[in-house]
Amino acid sequence: MIRYLARRVVTMAVTLLIISALVFVIIKLPPGDFLTNQIAELRSQGEAASVAKAQFLMQQYGLDRPVWEQYLRWIGLWPNPEGAFNGLIQGNWGWSFEYDRPVREVVGDALWLTLVVNLAVVIFVHLVSIPIAIYSATRQYSIGDYVATFIGYIGLATPSFLLALVMLFYANRWFEVSIGGLYDSAYSGQPWSWEKIRSLLAHLVVPTLVIGLGGTAAMIRRMRANLLDELGKQYVVTARAKGLPPTRALLKYPFRMSLNPFIADIGNLLPHLVSGSVLVSLVLSLPTVGPILLAALKSQDQFLAGFILMFVAMLTVIGMLISDLLLAWLDPRIRLGGDGR
Amino acid sequence: MTSPLLSIRDLTVDFSTDTGSFRAVDGLSLDVPAGRTVALVGESGSGKSVTAQAILQILPKVARITGGAIRLQDPAGPPGGTDIAALKADSSRMQALRGGRIAMIFQEPMTSLSPLHTVGDQVTEALRLHADVSADAAKARAIEVFDRVGFPDPRRALVTYPFELSGGLRQRAMIAMALITKPALLIADEPTTALDVTTQAQILELMRELQAETGMAMLLITHDLGVVANMADDVVVLYRGRVMEAGSREEIFRRPGHPYLKALMRAVPRFHMAPGERLTPIREVKSAVLARKAGEPHRPDPAGPLLAIEGVRKSFTLRSGWFKGKVRTINAVNGVSLKLHPGRTLGLVGESGCGKTTLSKVVMRALRPDSGTVTFDDGSGRGPRDVFALKDRELKDFRRAVQFVFQDPFSSLNPRMTVYELLTEPLRIHGVGTSDERYERAKELLDMVGLDKGSLRRYPHAFSGGQRQRLGIARALALKPRVLLCDEPVSALDVSVQAQVLNLLKDLQASLGVSYLFVSHNLAVVDYIADTIAVMCRGYIVEEAPKAALFRNPAHPYTRALLAAVPEPDLDHPLDLKLLMSDRFSDPASWPEPYRLAGGEAGAMTEIEPGHFVRVAGPMLRQAA
Repeated sequence: MIRYLARRVVTMAVTLLIISALVFVIIKLPPGDFLTNQIAELRSQGEAASVAKAQFLMQQYGLDRPVWEQYLRWIGLWPNPEGAFNGLIQGNWGWSFEYDRPVREVVGDALWLTLVVNLAVVIFVHLVSIPIAIYSATRQYSIGDYVATFIGYIGLATPSFLLALVMLFYANRWFEVSIGGLYDSAYSGQPWSWEKIRSLLAHLVVPTLVIGLGGTAAMIRRMRANLLDELGKQYVVTARAKGLPPTRALLKYPFRMSLNPFIADIGNLLPHLVSGSVLVSLVLSLPTVGPILLAALKSQDQFLAGFILMFVAMLTVIGMLISDLLLAWLDPRIRLGGDGR
Repeated sequence: MTSPLLSIRDLTVDFSTDTGSFRAVDGLSLDVPAGRTVALVGESGSGKSVTAQAILQILPKVARITGGAIRLQDPAGPPGGTDIAALKADSSRMQALRGGRIAMIFQEPMTSLSPLHTVGDQVTEALRLHADVSADAAKARAIEVFDRVGFPDPRRALVTYPFELSGGLRQRAMIAMALITKPALLIADEPTTALDVTTQAQILELMRELQAETGMAMLLITHDLGVVANMADDVVVLYRGRVMEAGSREEIFRRPGHPYLKALMRAVPRFHMAPGERLTPIREVKSAVLARKAGEPHRPDPAGPLLAIEGVRKSFTLRSGWFKGKVRTINAVNGVSLKLHPGRTLGLVGESGCGKTTLSKVVMRALRPDSGTVTFDDGSGRGPRDVFALKDRELKDFRRAVQFVFQDPFSSLNPRMTVYELLTEPLRIHGVGTSDERYERAKELLDMVGLDKGSLRRYPHAFSGGQRQRLGIARALALKPRVLLCDEPVSALDVSVQAQVLNLLKDLQASLGVSYLFVSHNLAVVDYIADTIAVMCRGYIVEEAPKAALFRNPAHPYTRALLAAVPEPDLDHPLDLKLLMSDRFSDPASWPEPYRLAGGEAGAMTEIEPGHFVRVAGPMLRQAA
């Protein structure tokens, strides 16, 4: 077990390293960078002082150096002009040129608000879809199944940003509340207090619903199909023949079996939710990292974009590890596999 | 006379599906007296399993009991008995009966247990559902039952997962699960069909002993008349949901009355068949093409054997578990030498795990042996050539010449391809003929296996197990191979269908001159089809002889055990179950001298009569020299 974990951590580190290289190369693919663009602009306006500052930054971050050296500096494997190693590995997330502030300050709250929103969505998706899927699968081709299926398809087919717009409009019209943002604008810039958290929870409802709807519909379909497969298995008949009441027989055996693909999916879920909710975040003006990432990529704010992408990659890799460990814990065939087969 | 424990009267069960409804059980009546065994016999689709499901009210959703009564006269239950047919499937009374008073074991020990829960969990669950006992008491009781059903380490069995057990032990776990509640009636639905003959004999003996101890009644559902002859007190023969004949075992076997029953009996391969006697399947395959081909001259045969296996060894390295990383080596095939002659059948017999499938994969060139050679001579005058040295054109020729027939007719045909696509795929891959020629060939192939050409546009799901196996054979024949490797081709089939497929294979051989390497665990089947038989155990060939010599004079203790384990549908040749109760006959270290092979010793084959070889240990050889 310890050996396995150690091996996994090493592979994770290597994976992240490769991802960081890819991320950096892709960000640098378009010609030029934020500062050269800015310097050109400032020159045309004749602002010498600002140009000097930009040039200082350029040197400081080595934007005049070859790409590989910039990359190594960014992750902290190459000394900066002062001769110190100061990159991602050392915990320095870099400088945002666009905001003219350290990345850490720019993303600050957005990072964990993203996590909160996504966690809420994941919980919502599972809480809603699992009971509906069980209902649909055990009563296949009943009216309830058809209704669930129909609603599910609508959920799948509705673009979430459209739903967000519709909700925004009607919430304003009927309830005269603005559902944009994750807390009331009065609290922005304020330190966290109970009132602010309450406001956050109230504002979470609509984004969770909007972002989660598509996922819920998809999950109902997959869960239903998985369960139907399992319900036909012989061990279900064995459980019934034993005299188990139907609900217990269902939850203990086929339901547990049908969970495996979803646990295996946890790793994929997180990055998908981050990138999938960008549009909704824009529409609902949610202070999550999605819109920040979009803006950073557009303006070639390389360290900001790079950091957010690395953050998502990190989530993915950790998610994968968690799902693998969970799978091994839940499924003895994986834990003990290879023996006696 | 007291009333029987279970009495079924005029039971009808109807299935209503999208394609219409049909009656699976039609006016069935039978009695199961307390403490006795009643066998319910019939082919697949005859309604045996549906009857069992009706008794437990675990019918599939589309099925309903539409008439009749199932009366359980349980001494521990209410006086006057219970009519199960009148109870609701999910009622608490039915749940108490299910698993509590009536328990069931199933055919597939592999899939009947949940792979995610320990055997102990699943067995104690059965007890705790029906008796008010603490978890610890249930565990203690489970250990007792595990011990009784023959688990080598009952305490460990509690925390073992089903996939860590062999097929035989899994079935023992199923039996433990059924018996832990001390039911009055045990329904056994094909309990040994998926098992090796030796394991089958052990499980049957176990069931008999347990019945004697507990006094429970048993409803044994099977298509195997050999099992019936050895187990049942009374027999009920079912055909298309109706009772054809019922009576005591003596009556049924000594004086079978109904033509269906007689036909069923003639379809079982037996050891005491006259030379050249043919099995009589209930539906014989007729083919015009085969009759025509019988007259045509065969392809030129090689002077020597078609296929020669020399000293083949193959070992596997297993890494056990994710978290452990221990490494074990298993010698799957241990220096095997065999020869297959043109137009003949070599039978390879052994239990599961003896290495026979590995060997057939080596012959296919799907696995490369660690040492040893396989040579193939197609009779084209070029002489025997090493299969593993073949390249390009020659390799393609070899692939065409050696084809495979699989065990499972359900998973070996792609459900998304029509019969026409299935049969012509090999031709397309090898670029044989034009599209019209391929169509003609597909029609011819279908005719050879006795299916009409209307089947060409249909998909595999439209065919029964036997028909699918015939399609598999037709596909294997598409490229006009010299050799068919048949890996347990009939062990998944009913006896009547089994006879049909065996006869078909014989006819194909007579007409087309193909050779078979026929792998099976059932000696009676191999006896029927093979010319030479090789018995394999733990990767060794322990005995090899022409069929007649092997059955006249079986020398090796393992061969004798296999012979003794085949249940015959003949009251005068009962199974010697005691002989088979220990696992010792498959352990080379516990064979009697001079056959004992201890500590990795390989021994050597010696000829005890012309063509009859037996493996004996080293010292014996030196004495002979």
